[in-house]
Amino acid sequence: MRRMLVWGLYAIILTLAPLVFSSSLSQTLLSQMGIAIIVCLSYNMLLGQGGMLSFGHAVYSGMGAFLAIHTLNRVTGGLALPVSLIPLVGGLASLALALLLGWVTTRKSATPFAMITLGMGELVWAMALMFPEFFGGEAGLSGNRVAGSPALGISFGPQIEVYYLIALYTFVCTALMYAFTRTPLGRMLNAVRDNPERVAFVGYNPQMVRYLAFVIAAFFAGISGGLAALNFEIVTSEVVSGYRSGLYLLFTFLGGTTFFFGPIIGAILMVLALVLLSEFTQAWLLYLGLVFIVMVMVAPGGVAALVMANLRLARYGYLRRLWPAYLVLLATGLPAFAGAAALLEMVYQLQLGAALGPELRFMGVTLNAHAPGSWLGAAMVMLLGLGLFESRRRPFVRAWDEIQHAIAQDTKRREVP
Amino acid sequence: MAFFTISLLNGLSYGLLLFMLSAGLTLIFSMMGVLNFAHASFYMLGAYFGYSVTEWLGFWPALVLAPLIVGGLGALFERFVLRRVHRFGHVAELLITFGMSYVILELVQLVWGRSSVDYRVPLALDGPLLTLFGTQFPLYRAFMMGVALLMLAALWLLLTRSRIGLMIRAALTHPGMVEALGHNLPRVFMWVFGGGCALAGLAGVLGGNAFVTEPGMAMAVGGIVFVVVVVGGIGSLGGAFMASILIGLLQTFAVGLDVSVAPILPYLLMVLVLIFRPRGLLGARGD
Repeated sequence: MRRMLVWGLYAIILTLAPLVFSSSLSQTLLSQMGIAIIVCLSYNMLLGQGGMLSFGHAVYSGMGAFLAIHTLNRVTGGLALPVSLIPLVGGLASLALALLLGWVTTRKSATPFAMITLGMGELVWAMALMFPEFFGGEAGLSGNRVAGSPALGISFGPQIEVYYLIALYTFVCTALMYAFTRTPLGRMLNAVRDNPERVAFVGYNPQMVRYLAFVIAAFFAGISGGLAALNFEIVTSEVVSGYRSGLYLLFTFLGGTTFFFGPIIGAILMVLALVLLSEFTQAWLLYLGLVFIVMVMVAPGGVAALVMANLRLARYGYLRRLWPAYLVLLATGLPAFAGAAALLEMVYQLQLGAALGPELRFMGVTLNAHAPGSWLGAAMVMLLGLGLFESRRRPFVRAWDEIQHAIAQDTKRREVP
Repeated sequence: MAFFTISLLNGLSYGLLLFMLSAGLTLIFSMMGVLNFAHASFYMLGAYFGYSVTEWLGFWPALVLAPLIVGGLGALFERFVLRRVHRFGHVAELLITFGMSYVILELVQLVWGRSSVDYRVPLALDGPLLTLFGTQFPLYRAFMMGVALLMLAALWLLLTRSRIGLMIRAALTHPGMVEALGHNLPRVFMWVFGGGCALAGLAGVLGGNAFVTEPGMAMAVGGIVFVVVVVGGIGSLGGAFMASILIGLLQTFAVGLDVSVAPILPYLLMVLVLIFRPRGLLGARGD
């Protein structure tokens, strides 16, 4: 019953989102989010469920995109294939590629696996620059998604029609990937992550399990690549780059790898960061790297684990004790962050934006990168914020530990009547 | 004949540079189980510090100071960041070095700008060393090889002939016993990590002016170093040495002969090794 409710809600959100946020910017964002959700979920099939840290997942989403755009151009040339099925072509292409490359990649696990995926990614990336006929060279390949005869009056010309195609794929793929976690193979994948030796002892081949999961993940990544090809109508070699693979890793982890829905949060964050944050500041990759390091150190379960931990607190009735502390931490943390960000923005202004002059607007304040006052002010705000934050953080950590301990006691009491 | 000899020498010097990088990576990996994704970033830091110290004090102090600075930064990173995620396992450790590679890249661009810097070979080492069959071999390349070999010998002596080396090798196989004998194992880890980073920094000081010092240099060399480690056998210093020389020669000859597949050759080699000898040239059995 509860599961039906969650999935129903998911479908309703996917359907209503473009009606609520109806500007053309938000339609673009929503379409990209759908694409990113599929690829991040497929990435988490490797990282979260299989313990396989891949640095080359963009190979599969990217090759799906290339095959899809080639197919689209064939359809324009007269091939009788509905445009709505082109993402599936991308998925199947990636599946075929993963059948080949994955066999080599999944021979190893853990750290060697990570290094090999990096090498495979570099291999495909170098090939993309070597074969301009297939990969389109510097300019990339473009196509026109209004191709073939429109079915039911849907031509995929307007963005909203593409959005609903993406939303449909997103819903079906999410459901399928969730279903995968419930299959025997999905369960074995978790076992391979936790204890491959034991899996082998029981009589399964861990390498085979990894291989199958890798191929399935590549299939979904290919679908998302195909959707991206339809959405942007252009595919450049950037889609197979290590930079792209790194982003998948960063944001899937930030969203949370320990819960199935974590990568959905990560995907939404990824699109927001790529489209909005990069407009807002030049230093966004630095912020991203720092946030990532802090998250690995403090909350290795990502945003999803933070949400679930607080839901757990609420269920046991402890959230009431903590939320004032959250507010205090936020109130002290914000100035610390703002001060640090102001300093960084001024350094960036001096180093990279010298042509624009020393003045910059930051959070409604005009700063002058040549004036000592701006530097002193920003540094003061940062240090003051940091000091207050640290003084409040310690009691908070103590209270948090006490509450976790109390919850553990509670559950123990309930188990033993 | 001229082409062959010069390519051989160039390949050897490039291979030795690769080995300086992969030696640090292998040392850190085999001791701590941490794959330092930011290793190439420390190489880049070495090149940039080498450039700045050269501007300020000259090349010879830079050759000593820049690796020390990079090693110190590496040790600090291990002490205050990496050690805290040790309890979350190797994936978290790999992830944190991955995040670090982004931060270092951005900081380098912040301090030195987004384009390449003018880091030149010092005057004393500029010019040809010898002329073979009518082609010149640069003196600086020979100097690189000399420093690399010297460093190799020093590393080998340190690991096999000194008390510190004894402790490090013991920590590799019997960490519990080493701790029981009263050695501070986390501190050993810190110095090994710092030492590995210093090696990368030294490679950066030498490679930065032989090639180009620019923000993209970490990405360019990072993939190759990982290939070297996989081909040589993960965790094996001897294997890393063989693979470095092999890949150095392979790339130099391929570029020299103008083979169109030159950029992908190391990766193809990796795939072949994985298919026919999954444990690498000198790696231990199992995965």
